[in-house]
Amino acid sequence: MLETTDSFDLECRSLVRRFGAFVAVDNVSFGVPQGDFFSILGPSGCGKTTILRMMAGFDQPTSGDILIKGNSVLDVPPNKRPVNMVFQQLALFPMMSVAENIAYGLVRKGLGKSEIADKVKSALDRIGLPTSGDKSIKQLSGGQQQRVAIARCLVLEPTALLLDEPLGALDLKLREHMKVELKKMQDQFATTFVYITHDQSEALVMSNHVAVMNEGRFEQIGTPQDLYYHPDTAFVAGFVGDSNRWHGTVERADSSGVKVVTADGVSLLATPAGDAPLSKGGEVDIFVRPESVVLSLEAERVSGMDNRISGELISILFNGANSRALIRDSKTGGELDVALPQTGEFSTLAQGAEVHLGWGLAQAKAFAVNGERP
Amino acid sequence: MTLGTSTRLGLFLLLAPILVWLIALLVLPHADMFLVSMREKVAPRTYEFSLANYAEFFTEPLYWRTFARTAIMSIAATAMTLLIAFPVSYYIAKMLRGRLKSFLFLLCLVPFWVSELVRTFGWMILLRESGVFSNVFQWVGLADAPVEMLYNDATIMVGLVYTSMLFMVVPLVTTLDSLDDAQVEAGYDLGGNAFTVLREIIVPHAMPGIVSGCIVVFMLTLGNYLTPVLLGGKDSLWFTAQIYTQFITRFNWELGAAFGFLLLALSSLIVWAGLKVTRQTLTETMG
Ligand SMILES: Nc1ncnc2c1ncn2[C@@H]1O[C@H](COP(=O)(O)OP(=O)(O)O)[C@@H](O)[C@H]1O
Ligand SMILES: [Mg+2]
Repeated sequence: MLETTDSFDLECRSLVRRFGAFVAVDNVSFGVPQGDFFSILGPSGCGKTTILRMMAGFDQPTSGDILIKGNSVLDVPPNKRPVNMVFQQLALFPMMSVAENIAYGLVRKGLGKSEIADKVKSALDRIGLPTSGDKSIKQLSGGQQQRVAIARCLVLEPTALLLDEPLGALDLKLREHMKVELKKMQDQFATTFVYITHDQSEALVMSNHVAVMNEGRFEQIGTPQDLYYHPDTAFVAGFVGDSNRWHGTVERADSSGVKVVTADGVSLLATPAGDAPLSKGGEVDIFVRPESVVLSLEAERVSGMDNRISGELISILFNGANSRALIRDSKTGGELDVALPQTGEFSTLAQGAEVHLGWGLAQAKAFAVNGERP
Repeated sequence: MTLGTSTRLGLFLLLAPILVWLIALLVLPHADMFLVSMREKVAPRTYEFSLANYAEFFTEPLYWRTFARTAIMSIAATAMTLLIAFPVSYYIAKMLRGRLKSFLFLLCLVPFWVSELVRTFGWMILLRESGVFSNVFQWVGLADAPVEMLYNDATIMVGLVYTSMLFMVVPLVTTLDSLDDAQVEAGYDLGGNAFTVLREIIVPHAMPGIVSGCIVVFMLTLGNYLTPVLLGGKDSLWFTAQIYTQFITRFNWELGAAFGFLLLALSSLIVWAGLKVTRQTLTETMG
């Protein structure tokens, strides 16, 4: 958790939002430092948009407080809050030109004509559309509309920009491109971004801090590296990045680690993780990253490792440096996803080949299964 | 690409009923009416080509003043209908969800299950000297003698607005329905207030509905006969009543026909001028 101080640009304290009996946002607290790229990452329906709408002022929390630069804004209407929102479907005004869209907020602020013209021109330059001011919104491509929607907010120099899955409507290729673009725009305008998404790669690539959200609660807040290498909960371990996953019962737990037996009878050694203590007989989930698994054609190479599995190569998912091998455990039939180093050693690997896998106990994280969560 | 013979035949068969309807009911009577309007009775059963009927409209003040009065009151009725229908439509389209929404929308339709004649008599029962309102006012003590609320312009106006409501609400609800809530929220988020969001975002979006609703209401009001005549009485001075008089009372079909065409031409002119002034085009509105 980030510590609570007054230096945050934007802060939520014990935020709760109920819709009838349903708790959409459940006691969420976080702070966003000045200039941060802060993401809220969670599956669809977990309450991300609800949080953002409360920060923008379109929705009121059932309880809790929202502070901007240290002052509570609960009584401030959306048009007076120094934050602006980029909507999921952009919500550009179709009856106005590109320049008029960008000028809209400046006109509402009552700025002079020439000042507005200057600001609009410089914004158009910065988003790489210097000659498109007179075009209608429909003449722009999806990515260009995206940039206009963001520029329209940033010309107002808000304390923070709130973005609701802004890349969701774009095709994959453009999405990859816009990730870089967004990060660049944040640097250029030097504004705090609060970004919500269900796509973990968007959150990991762009953010300084990420909050992982599930069913209305924050599971963990941290840097992308924190979340990836030190997940606090099974949900974070499973949701952020790819993992191989086993479910089993603790057979022995001591200071060196836990020994877990799965329903298939596989014995695995793992490191306890998360807050809940593990004890003999408890049910756990074990997570192992594909790149933590050593893949070898000879059994001796992995013989010294804590966990070992022999299996058969089902297929290779070639993707350059991110290539994967899909391997079927010969004992249980379970499938494993393993990173495939592009070192030449495996270039002749063919389907059906027998391979040996091994990983250390430190790379396997065991979480007590939900239900016992505080 | 050329259409095959069978396709062309199919197209013709499809269009045939519409063409028959258009020609038989619109083109033929109007063509005949036009010829009637262009002749003058010089002796019993002898007619001559003449523009005298049209000239009479412009030279006789009663006629063109009646038309001007009708047009101005129709414009006022259209504006009032728009002012009342807009908030109602916005409420139905944007504030309500689900069953309540369909229910209120249907409620706007209910008055049209009763014929216009019966509806107008309903108004008369309420508003006449011995009517419901008059009695209630006396009973409450607001008046000490029977009050006549029929036969004045305000009553005509109320009747016209009431009759026109649906034709404004339907296009408005349809266009407002298609307005994304996020547009309105974005309008506020970027610093707009209720008035600027209405002016800059909601009204421009609803413009096609406003224009088509206004055209329909204006044309219906201008061409209305029952409401102004029944609620306004003899002195209603509505142009359609003038046409009726020429055809039926005076048996002057020539002048009546000329008036009919003048009504058509002048109302089209007003609609055209209205579109020009508000910088709208029909193609934008319809498509
Ligand atoms: N106005 C509302 N009334 C009732 N339930 C709502 C309302 N808005 C959101 N919800 C519910 O709250 C939950 C979270 O929604 P949302 O914040 O939109 O999720 P996300 O943006 O993470 O996909 C959903 O289950 C949704 O059905
Ligand atoms: Mg959402």
